[in-house]
Amino acid sequence: MFAYYLQLGLRSLRRNSVLTALMVLAIAVGIGAAMTTLTVMHLLSGDPLPGRSAHIFYPQVDATPAGYTGTPPHPMDMLDYRSAVDLWRAHHADRQALVADSPVKLQAPESKGPPRMLTMLSTTAGFFPMFKVPFQYGSAWTPADDEGRARVAVISSYLNNRLFGGADSVGHMLLLRNTAVRIVGVLAPWRPSPQFYDVRGGRYAQGNTASFYSRTEDVFTPFFSSLQINDGHFQQFSCWAMPKKPGHLVDSPCAWVGLWVQLDTPAKIHAYRRFIANYARHQKALGRFANTDTRMMSLMQWLAFNHVVPSNVKLQAWLAFAFLAICLFNTVGLLLAKFLRRAGEIGVRRALGASRGAVFSQCLTEAGLIGLVGGLGGLLLTLLGLWIVRHQDTPYADLVHLDLSMLVVTFVLALLVSLLAGTLPALRASRIAPALQLKTL
Amino acid sequence: MQIRPVLSALRKHRLATLLITLEIALACAVLCNACFMIAGRLSAMHVDSGVAQPSLGYIKLQGFDSATANDLNARVNSGLRKIPGVQSVSVVNTVPFGQSTANAGVSLEPSFKHNAGVVTFYTAGPGAAKALGLHLVAGRLPRPDEFGTINKYVPDAAQVLVTRALAAHLWPGENPLGKVFWGIGTHFRIIGVLDHLSQPDPAGFGPGQAQWSVFVPAMPGPQLAGSYLIRVHRPADLDRVMTQARAAIRKVAPNVVLDLDQSHTIGYLRHRYFRTDRAMTELLVGVIAALLGITALGIVGLASFWVAQRSKQIGIRRALGATRGDILRYFQTENFLIVTGGIVLGMVLAYGINLLLMRHYELPRLPFVYLPIGALVLWVLGQLAVLAPALRASDVPPVVATRSV
Repeated sequence: MFAYYLQLGLRSLRRNSVLTALMVLAIAVGIGAAMTTLTVMHLLSGDPLPGRSAHIFYPQVDATPAGYTGTPPHPMDMLDYRSAVDLWRAHHADRQALVADSPVKLQAPESKGPPRMLTMLSTTAGFFPMFKVPFQYGSAWTPADDEGRARVAVISSYLNNRLFGGADSVGHMLLLRNTAVRIVGVLAPWRPSPQFYDVRGGRYAQGNTASFYSRTEDVFTPFFSSLQINDGHFQQFSCWAMPKKPGHLVDSPCAWVGLWVQLDTPAKIHAYRRFIANYARHQKALGRFANTDTRMMSLMQWLAFNHVVPSNVKLQAWLAFAFLAICLFNTVGLLLAKFLRRAGEIGVRRALGASRGAVFSQCLTEAGLIGLVGGLGGLLLTLLGLWIVRHQDTPYADLVHLDLSMLVVTFVLALLVSLLAGTLPALRASRIAPALQLKTL
Repeated sequence: MQIRPVLSALRKHRLATLLITLEIALACAVLCNACFMIAGRLSAMHVDSGVAQPSLGYIKLQGFDSATANDLNARVNSGLRKIPGVQSVSVVNTVPFGQSTANAGVSLEPSFKHNAGVVTFYTAGPGAAKALGLHLVAGRLPRPDEFGTINKYVPDAAQVLVTRALAAHLWPGENPLGKVFWGIGTHFRIIGVLDHLSQPDPAGFGPGQAQWSVFVPAMPGPQLAGSYLIRVHRPADLDRVMTQARAAIRKVAPNVVLDLDQSHTIGYLRHRYFRTDRAMTELLVGVIAALLGITALGIVGLASFWVAQRSKQIGIRRALGATRGDILRYFQTENFLIVTGGIVLGMVLAYGINLLLMRHYELPRLPFVYLPIGALVLWVLGQLAVLAPALRASDVPPVVATRSV
């Protein structure tokens, strides 16, 4: 029976080819727009550490110095040096890492290239195992290197390709500003989306958060070593008072260090919350802090708190779905017109014994056929839309692709949209009274 | 034209009428909000930077130490001045649409009990105010002896210029000249008011804050180095001068890193700064066009169907003496009523969407003026879309009434 309906549907669609083309086009354009924006949303709002993000936390304390007024009593997005190092040294978490960014001049003595400016991530050994950072050559530095202020570095695969043509560069030397450091590890290509461990200040970004999706840093060095290597070039997130020497932020009244911790069990999470609360109370008692507010969000909470998905992307998704809704109304209207125009034909079929259900399913088959063709067109338009996004000058352009799940969603959405659009007209068509139609024939 | 018969005919097609009304309502809501967003982006893109953009280029250097800063400044200055066509070279910490480097909160009292807002501090050496082409509306430019030495970020107790917008924010209705404000661990006295000088990142702050800039005269030195403003005699020379300037830097300062991302003409920096706004505007225009197209198609499709369905009734009306104009006006009135219903619903929806956007995207309230514009566009669209089917209806001959089908 279905094959017969399919045949009937095809014949009917061929009869009003212009109207059919318009309906297919409307569905294709609507699906294309909706799926392009949905795919970008899907890629940008994903979990950067699937399966592990629930165990990763970002502890914060309000380090406003005692006697300072003028800011609300909430933790800043980053920690001051002393609090960060105190919490890190306590080693109360399963893993912990400090993070701070700074621009650094880099020269590779062997490659003879001109010096270049790169962003350096100052971090601690726990960073690599905590975030499961993949290594191509060598390995991370050891906790002993952190304390020993070793002159070592890990470089990104991108930098390794640029400097050493992708060869194993472990053991080679780099010149960071004026200090020679030895490469101990080279990362395999690693592209977390977003670059979650550097996310902060998103609520002040006015929705322009595309930069959260840029590539990772190219050089990773032990935190305490880098403080010496790149002294004078660190940048504060914010300061309560001006640091004594610009760029030298150790023991300055500035927030500029991030602390990430891994807590594997609910008990440990609870204990860590208590630990930082106690720390803040203790610091207030010592006269260092003005307040005792603390906050500890999980990775995904922190990303949501910072509104990581750029507001332009969200706005585009809204627009696309409003557009799809208009296409849907349009298709319903046109299908209704099409089915009711055939009232005579339907009346004859009903008089010859076709049940309401039969007429209904025949009409719905026709609508589904339109949806299928429209979905195919929508898929092509989605690919075109994603190609356009990929060629835009945005930090996340290289992340954009259509994965299998989105491919399936495209077809499901197209079919759903056209069946939804077809239901109402099909119901109306199946309720046509045969006698009335036969009389006018 | 009587409206009653049109209405009672529509009552017979409730479902189709409802659908097309909803489609028009949604189109109206999206149209109003999209137009409003386009207007917002366009006005952001037309921010007055306050500088003589066509004649200005920017060179940014990195990777040097403050100990060598004075030497670097001297070498770059003499190196760039040798390029033919260069009118002046001055040291500035940043330029409009460059990197946002010095933002800080300011206050009208030293205790900082009340934070008056976050502003941008342009620190600039001698000659920069003239090179930028700043337009003074009150007061005076700094004298040569007012360029202080920078200890950390700005000279202590500097004599500064502020923009009109910032002065109006800090001292509404008062003469700002001679007024004092506090920030970055020191205080500033105002000697002049600028017409315009946008922040480097004019859209990066709240609405109305694009011009919150302070121009601080300062001597180039360890904390003001490696960032140069080039002014050329003739704008036509600018691209050539910038190419030569980039080459000259490699010669006079081979050990520093030229920031290729930032070292461009101000015109280019501005163009690049607004690229996402431009892309978004184009997208919105495209959406509006597609939206109107789809809506028009819907109207044409439904109207054609109704015309075909009612051809017998049309024939009867014609036989009873209705003119072609009567039939034409019937369908036009019908369309007008449907579109009007859609618009009324659409306006409510437009405000609803706007409230949603206001909550999530910090968009301002939709001004009332967009509603009549949206209504007018849809009325015109509706009349144009229905014209072809309505003309076809008016062509139905009276003889149709006598046929049995």
